[in-house]
Parts: sequence; C-alpha cells; structure tokens
Amino acid sequence: MSILEGKGVTKYFGGLAAISNVDFNVEQGEAFGLIGPNGAGKTTLFNLISAALTPRSGTIRFKGRDITGLSPYRICRMGVARTFQLVKVFADMPVLNNVILGSYFGMSPGMSSKDAVREATELLEFVGLSAVKGTPAKDLTLANQKRLEVARALATNPELLLLDEMMAGLNPAELAQAMELVTRIRDKGITIIMIEHVMKAIMNVCERIMVLHHGQKIAESTPQEIATSETVIKIYLGEKAHAGS
Amino acid sequence: MDSTTLTSKKSLVWLALILIIFILLAFVPLYAPGYPIVLLSSILMYVIMTVSWVIFSGPTGYMSLAPAAFFGVGIYTSAIIGKALPFPIVVGIGGLASFCLALLVGALTLRLRGIYFAIFTFGLVMLIAHSLLFWELHVTGTRGRFVMVMSYGTVYYYMLGVFVLLLITAYLIRGSKYGLALQGIGQNEDAAAHTGVNVTMVKVITFAISAFFMGAAGAIMATKWTYIDPFIAFNPFFSFMPVLMAIFGGMGQLYGPVIGAAVFTYLEEILITRFAELYMLIFGTILVVAILYLPDGLVGLIQRLWKGISEGKHVDT
Amino acid sequence: MIVTILDVVIAGLLLGGIYALIAVGLSLQYGVARVLNISHGEFIMIGAFGTWMLYKMVGINPLITLAMCGPVVFFIGFFLHRTLFRSLLASSASVDIFEGRSLLASFGLLFIIQNIAILVWGADIKGYSYLSYGVNLAGSLFEANRLVTLLFAVVISAAFYLFLACTRLGKAIRAAAQDPRTAGLMGVNINRVLALCFGFGALMASFAGGLVSMCYPITATMGMEYTIIAIIVVVLGGLGSIVGSFIGGFLLGIIGSIVTYIEPGLALVAYYVIFIVLLLARPTGILGK
Repeated sequence: MSILEGKGVTKYFGGLAAISNVDFNVEQGEAFGLIGPNGAGKTTLFNLISAALTPRSGTIRFKGRDITGLSPYRICRMGVARTFQLVKVFADMPVLNNVILGSYFGMSPGMSSKDAVREATELLEFVGLSAVKGTPAKDLTLANQKRLEVARALATNPELLLLDEMMAGLNPAELAQAMELVTRIRDKGITIIMIEHVMKAIMNVCERIMVLHHGQKIAESTPQEIATSETVIKIYLGEKAHAGS
Repeated sequence: MDSTTLTSKKSLVWLALILIIFILLAFVPLYAPGYPIVLLSSILMYVIMTVSWVIFSGPTGYMSLAPAAFFGVGIYTSAIIGKALPFPIVVGIGGLASFCLALLVGALTLRLRGIYFAIFTFGLVMLIAHSLLFWELHVTGTRGRFVMVMSYGTVYYYMLGVFVLLLITAYLIRGSKYGLALQGIGQNEDAAAHTGVNVTMVKVITFAISAFFMGAAGAIMATKWTYIDPFIAFNPFFSFMPVLMAIFGGMGQLYGPVIGAAVFTYLEEILITRFAELYMLIFGTILVVAILYLPDGLVGLIQRLWKGISEGKHVDT
Repeated sequence: MIVTILDVVIAGLLLGGIYALIAVGLSLQYGVARVLNISHGEFIMIGAFGTWMLYKMVGINPLITLAMCGPVVFFIGFFLHRTLFRSLLASSASVDIFEGRSLLASFGLLFIIQNIAILVWGADIKGYSYLSYGVNLAGSLFEANRLVTLLFAVVISAAFYLFLACTRLGKAIRAAAQDPRTAGLMGVNINRVLALCFGFGALMASFAGGLVSMCYPITATMGMEYTIIAIIVVVLGGLGSIVGSFIGGFLLGIIGSIVTYIEPGLALVAYYVIFIVLLLARPTGILGK
C-alpha cells in the first residue's frame, strides 16, 4: 500500500527550479533511499513533504490524504516525522526534555505528563542515549545529537520517518550503530525515506532508491540497478571521469 | 520541566517562603499606611509588567516592545468605564481588552521574524496614541479624561491580588507542556513546529495572556493619575522599564524579574527625588551595560558566582 | 481640481525628501551593519537641536550648520559602533542574536540620548524661522524652506549615491552589504566599514534633523516618530536596498500627503497600515532582494 505519493511536485527559488515535476511513490513499510549530487534538491523535497516549504505546483498525499501546503505541526501529528541535515536540537534543554516535547505534542491528543516522561525515557534507551538524559543537548557529540533527533522524531509516533543525512560525519563504528538503529526502526513497522551520501548505508538498507539531479528525477529502482546504471554513475562522477575510465 | 522535580523538598521550602512573604505583604497597610503602600504599589506595578513580559519574551526570545500599549489600554479602560461599573469588573475588562488587542497583534505579526515583531510592537504604542488622539478630537470631542480616585490601600490590595494571580499563572505555564513548547520555540522554532507544536497558536495565546496582566495593572494604576490623555497613558517608557528590569534581573528563573523590578522601582523612587533629570540616562546606561556584560542578568551572575564558590569548595576538600 | 492634486503631490515630495534621507541613513545602519537602530530618531533630534542652537545663539545660517553638526554626529555614530556594537557583535553567537541585542542596546541609547538632550536643551518646544516666506510654484504657495529642504535632501542623497558607486570606500561598503565575510576575505577592513556605515547613517540623520528644524518646531521627544517612519520606509523600499529606501521615502511622503489631505492626523496610522500589509504580503519590499 502506498504511504506517500507525490505527483508533479515543483518548487522554484526565484527563477531556479529546485524541484521540477517530480513524481514519487513510497510503499508502506519499505526503506526508500533518496540520493543525488549536492544541490540536487533532496532536502528541498523533504522540506516540501514536511511542509517547511510549499510547492509551486503538484500534490503530495500521505495515506491517501492530500497534505500539500498544510502546516508542519499538522503533518507531524498525522504521522510524518523527520530529522534535519543541519541538526536542530533544542540546545539548552536537557536531552530528555527534547524528546518529551515530541511525546507531548507529536500526536493528537497528546500524552499525559507521566506517560510522556515514561515514553521519552524508553525512547532514549531505544536510541542508546539513556546515559546523557540530563545533559543539555548542545553538549552532545554530533553523532549523539543526530540520535537525539531520531528519538524526538520517534516520540511523535510517526508512521513515516524522513532521515536527512543521518550518517554524515560519522566514523565507521558510529556508522554501524546508526545503520543498526535504522533497521530496528524498520522492525517497528515505520516506513523510512533516507537522504544519504554514504552509499554503503543506502545500498545495504534500502529496497528502492530514487535519484535526483538538478531537481529532476533521473532514476528510481533497486540498489543493484542504480549502482550499475550508467546515467547515475555519470552524474556523480562527471563526464570526464567516465571518459577517462 | 521534569515533573518529578516539582515534588522535591526544595519546592516546598520555596512555597512556604513565598506564602510567608505574601502574608507579610497583606498586612503592610495595617501597620505602615501612607508612603510605604504607595511605594509597594509602584513596585508591584513594575513587577507585574516585568513578570508578564518574561512569560512570553523570556523563553521565546521574541522581544515585545508593546507593554506600554497594553498598560495604556488598561488605563484607558479604567478612564472610560471606571465610574460606571464595579472596580473588579473594570480591572477584568481592562485585562480583557489588552488580551484581545494582543490576540490581534500577535496573529498578525508573530508569523514574522522576531525583529519585525519587535519593530511592530515598538511602533504600536505611538500608533494607538495617535489613533486615540484622533478619535478624541474628531469623534468624542474630548481631549483626555478624568479618572476616579481610589484609596492607596485599595489600589495596593488589587495590585497584590493581580500579582498573586500572575505568579500562579506564570508558574503553571512554566511547569506545563506549554512552558516546554515555549522554550522549544525559542531555541529552535522550526524543530518545534516539526515536533507537532502549533507554534503560532502557542505564541499568540501566551502573548495575549501576558498582555492581560499588563492591562489589568494599567486599569488599577490609572487611578494614580487624576487626568490622562493618550500621550500620558501610552508612554514608551512603560515598554522600556519591563525590558530593562527583565534583562537586568535575569530571565531564567521567575524571581529574576521580581528582583529586577523591585531594585529598579526603588532606584527610580530614590533618583526621582534627588536626580530627577538623570534617571532615564542612568537606566539607559544600565540597560546597555547589562546587555553587554550580564547575559543572564543579575540572577545569572549570582548563580555563576555561587557555582564558582561551591566548586571551589569541592576542590579544596 | 488639477491644481489641488499637484499641490498634494508636491507637498508629498517635500515631506518625502526628509523621509528619504532618514531612510537611507537607517538602511545603511541596518542593511550593512545589521543594527536596527531604534535611536536613529534621536540622532535626527540632535541634528535639529544643534542647528537650532547655533542659529539662535550664534546666528549661523542653518544650511551651513548642516556641515558643522554633521561631522560631529558622524563621529558619535562611528564611535558608538566601534565600542558598543562591535563588542556586541563579537559576543553574539549568531546574526539573529546580534540583531536582537543591538536592537535592545539602541533602545537603551534612545533613553540616554533623549535624557542628555533634555538636560542640555530642556523639554519644551523650540523653533526658529528661516526662509519661511512663500514661493509660488505651479500656482500654489510653498514655503521656501521646504523647497530648500527637498533640494538638499536630493543633493545629499545623490552625492552619497555617487560616493557609493564611484569611490573605493563606497564599493567596499556595497561589498560589505552584500556579503560581509567574503568582503573581509577580499581585503576589506570589515570592522571599519561597518563603523563607517553606522556613522554615515547618523550623518544622514543629522542632516535630516537640521533640515527639519528649518521647517517645523522641534522637541526633545520628536525622534521616535521619525524612527518609526524610517523603519517603515526601509521595509517599503526593500531591506538592503539604499535606492529602494530613497524611492520609498518619496512614495511614503506622497501617501502621507494624500492621507493628510483627506483626513489630517491619520498619516501615521496610514503608514502603519501600509507597514503591516507590507510585512504580511511582501516583506522584501519594492526593491528588496
């Protein structure tokens, strides 16, 4: 069953088309990858889905309902959560409170105080941050801040989770942990769309991948086909490299 | 705010302390009528303005320069309907009028970047003053109004009552999920919105609640001036003082603004008698110095010093 | 009928000259130095009182005083930036935080400067008469001082525009307005440029104040209204665009003149309505980026 569907989504910044007539379809329960060179429009697409931005044209449907142009908080409460490429934690708040905010507001109706604290504590354990629950978020390492964002997003009880470059800047050990976390999230039945540059992660975790370039959809297929596609290799490595090899 | 901290012993001690202070305050008019009550009323006025201001502008970081506007609305409400209705209702309506104005202003401008909001609220005071003047000249044909007189004691008790209500409200907001939401909005508004917080609604309603108390205070204190006109009631100075007191006192805790307001009102009283021509200058300078060197206000400074002392102690042992 | 419209338009232009000047000044301070200087009006007031004082006591022609008060106010502005605002900039974690803190700091400055003015000159209304004879223009009578004000406002703005366009320092300022960091990397002494811009903003305010004092009575509390108008014009013309502020000033002046003709006393209200409509509908203004 399709959980997220986009038709003809277009977004302009001034005269530049950041996203141009993109169609996409994500099945419930799958791990869907979104890749493309820098500036391809991947985060813009996330912003359009989560309603941080409004598209110039096109529609986006979540579980059949049109969510184009709704407010971010409505979309969150409907069951779509996300993390951010540039981490947006609540810097001066303790880690636990960051997550509690999600428990309180991420669903309608929200939770009671006791339940929210309990759920937040459980989620911190799920992502492995129990040890730092009283620390202000700004004092965390980048890897931990990313995990905090995931915990906060999970607190809003999403059915669809958008992960924006969760693996960026992680060392191999952290990377393995992050990939394992993604798998555990999937085991909960949550659909995942992930933007990544770290190819190893995308290829191993995702069932289908969509490639964007200059705001347009270039390809959408399985990891194997994407990895061997000439078109995709060309846009990543450039014409020269291809000619040279 | 972790709900588990609310039941700690420390909070009970605070509560007892506050209760004692209020009982003492309630008995002041009996033992020291006259000047002390007037002074305390002034202090309460600024405390109410400052704490109200901090309820919204503290956690969210949206600098409102509108307190004078809401205070003025309260004053004018008192002037217009003060003789016709029982005083508690007048105060309530004064608060309500400010509440509604804040809803309108907030709905329009809280969607904008913080700095536009600050600018808009800054101009609001003059806008209302000019509009009111126009109204008085062309529609009602009067310029200014006379306010009824009330005894010092009555004014004092009303201010005390509003102050108690305000403290309870501020404390409840802080400890609730909306207090957390306000902090989230101040620290990362985008993230808060994406975490399910209806940021516009939370901002507007909190802004309106803070305006309510400012309006109520204005309605009560209106009786201090026997004659008011638009420019007396809507004086930018009443936007300046809460901001100054909050920044000086510190916005992290609830008692920061209270201390700041108490200190400055007392300072104002002293300065007015001896250096009446200088106090704007002095206060302005203090504001600038506080912005430069006291990021967390006086309370923050004390906390840091305290931390330094207790950490020093640990090192010794 | 036609004569009346022309009257209103010319009156608007006369008003707009001042508006343009103060807006250009604020645009320099906010657009480049990113200080939303709420005390801008106080600098206008200082220029006005300085001119008044020199005229009343020493009898110097107000137009000459412009050249005398200007540099003094310029240095005050320059000095303030180098000490106060540069310090704020250094201790602010982000531009947004700096903007908020410098706004509050300028709020404090507002009260400091106003108090000093009251101490020196008193709180009552002052005025003087200069070039107040009527001049016949397009069939109506206009005061000579207002025409001179318009002339000077245009000349000063044009001169400043040429300065920005043609001189090395002017280009440095434009670079700093676009992208401070890159400008710094290209060898522009950013700190000095920002302080200069702030000083120039104060200079414009001083000129405007001097011109205002020729035409209208002045008080120590006159500044705030001008500050609000300057802010509205800067938003109207587009943040970051000095030309926009210039044009916006005249535009607002004409609007003010029309509103005053229809219903005197509501000009400020009209400006405010325009302001809120702009902020909601087109915050980038007419020429903004």
